[in-house]
Amino acid sequence: MAEPLRFRDDAVPDEPAVSLDAFLDQSNAASVRLEAGDDVRRLGPVLDRIRLIEVDFPKFRDGRGFSSARILREMGYTGEIKATGDVLVDLVFFMRRCGFDSFAPNVPFNDDDVQAALTRYPYVYQDAADPAVPIWRLRHPEFQNG
Amino acid sequence: MYKYDQYDHAMVRARVEEFRDQTRRRIEGKLNDDQFKPLRLKNGLYLQLHAYMLRVAIPYGTLNSSQMRTLAHIARKYDRGYGHFTTRQNIQYNWIKLEEAPDILAELAEVEMHAIQTSGESIRNISADQYAGAAADEIVDPRPWAEMIRQMTTFMPEFSYLPRKFKIAVIATAADRAALRWHDFAVRIVKSPNENGAGEIGFEVYAGGGMGRTPFIAYKIRDFLPTSQILSYLQAVLRVWNRNARRDNIHKQRMKILVHELGEEEFRRQVEEEFQHFLTLGDDFPQAEYDRIAAYFAPPPFETGLNEDIDRSDPDFALWLDRQVAAHKAPGYAIVNISLKPTGQIPGDISADQMDLVADLAERYSFDELRATHAQNLVLPHVKKQDLCQVWTALNEAGLGEANLDLVTDIIACPGLDYCSLANARSIPLAQKLSERFADPARQEDVGELKIKISGCINACGHHHAGNIGILGVDRKGSESYQLLLGGSGDEDTTQAKIAGPGFDESGIVDAVERAVDRYVQIREPGERFIDTYRRVGMDGFKEAIYG
Repeated sequence: MAEPLRFRDDAVPDEPAVSLDAFLDQSNAASVRLEAGDDVRRLGPVLDRIRLIEVDFPKFRDGRGFSSARILREMGYTGEIKATGDVLVDLVFFMRRCGFDSFAPNVPFNDDDVQAALTRYPYVYQDAADPAVPIWRLRHPEFQNG
Repeated sequence: MYKYDQYDHAMVRARVEEFRDQTRRRIEGKLNDDQFKPLRLKNGLYLQLHAYMLRVAIPYGTLNSSQMRTLAHIARKYDRGYGHFTTRQNIQYNWIKLEEAPDILAELAEVEMHAIQTSGESIRNISADQYAGAAADEIVDPRPWAEMIRQMTTFMPEFSYLPRKFKIAVIATAADRAALRWHDFAVRIVKSPNENGAGEIGFEVYAGGGMGRTPFIAYKIRDFLPTSQILSYLQAVLRVWNRNARRDNIHKQRMKILVHELGEEEFRRQVEEEFQHFLTLGDDFPQAEYDRIAAYFAPPPFETGLNEDIDRSDPDFALWLDRQVAAHKAPGYAIVNISLKPTGQIPGDISADQMDLVADLAERYSFDELRATHAQNLVLPHVKKQDLCQVWTALNEAGLGEANLDLVTDIIACPGLDYCSLANARSIPLAQKLSERFADPARQEDVGELKIKISGCINACGHHHAGNIGILGVDRKGSESYQLLLGGSGDEDTTQAKIAGPGFDESGIVDAVERAVDRYVQIREPGERFIDTYRRVGMDGFKEAIYG
């Protein structure tokens, strides 16, 4: 298996991820694996002990994981969020915006395709879980710092 | 109308280049059609029965003359000299070559147009009242909010793969010309119910409507939403749906199904909870951005002191005036409806030459503005009453002078089996036959308002559920068959049409429609429209006449 694509500098968590139910039952795990239908908000009270959250995409058309990642960032989680499963390279830019910072797709990405996808759009129209400054703020300098 | 700035231009051009790259990978065989499909469907490109079809967005149905001329140019250069206006106020081209699609998008981008999110599981082009900014009965022009929603929902990361398509409508009148409650999410601008909030406006919010195989009329989920919070509220609705919708059956993934399964109360509760959360994130565009957008929708410089009198001595002109012209908010002005339903023609189709003519008229007589309607017609929104006769004469010469707005020949029809790979039956020839059957102008005027809507399959692109008379094409043991429905409405008195009984073949359905119309004429009470009579007597009042 190819190395996952990773946008973090910290050490790669090496313990296996456990299911959401298993994670909530055992206090010593630090990696959890979310299925598409899992309610990510159940992790709210225990986020400070998690280093890695894998969010699975059973098929690319199933977009629930986009909400899961953004909600995790909204809850203040700063650890790794990894997209696994049927992940399309053309959507990597949008996944980054939702807070994903590593990718282990079923079919490994081509590096050039990743670069193209990440640099395709010069601006964004709306806030998300990333620091990108939306167009409306660029239009109104008085809003650029908050 | 709205003008792109450097940012809007950059985004649309980036999308053109992305699509050019995706198309190249497809043509070179690096992507197969299964892989290419989700990419092209994010950009309005369908593979139909005979060719690719490209659907171009006309945001909230508003366009100017240079955009219309570009649409004409595309029809000539890349298609067969015509285009087709759709029930989402868009235009589509039916004979597109894949390798030319990126060039078309590049030409569109030059006039601030695109095909972004006109198909696929995405937030589609936002529809609006075609009279917005002109209607005499309007509280305020709703298009600045429609444009704000357009920007917010363009390439929205969290909703990159929604369960299904998502359709939004925005109006600001009590009269509903946009089929509001047939949308997934719709807002109507209203005045504050609170007497202390003098003059304050907000949104009445509807959610969970939709046609397709399981039709639902949207519920009102909020009486009054401050306009400044619309983007938070919309995100809340989208998130509740995105997280909770089924993903195992494509026919049960529209938001209407979730609203129905959760129940109105529980859906509302979840949305309100998520909404309170979104308000803390500060995603709503600020007043300054609303003001910037709204400035583009400032009323055009209407002249004052204009003559209100119109010479009605030509009976054909008088007929057209009464039928095609609506009241304008500015004295001395009128709204002109241009029929794309001449007798025997294809509903919504327009030739490149006609597009150019309409563009000329918009430029000369309507402050350069045009509108597309969900009923597949066009509108010149701001015409001086004293110019109406010249406009009518020019339209007549171009074959666009039909006076049949909302009459029995003003038929909505989907492309059907002549083009569409999903269709079970043809819609266009049926619309043409009905149009010919009822061609007599005196008969049409006598019958009065009667909205016929034809879909070639249960996906209901022809809005048959909302037809006073709806027709649904089905495949019955390998041959085309048509079901007859009565009693639907897409207006402010929204209702869902009901199936009358057994289906018909193509000539049989035309006769059956005529029997229903004749029955109405026979039993109507003074002042009753077809829909009123139907509501009074019910299906039983028509059934025997239809089935004998």
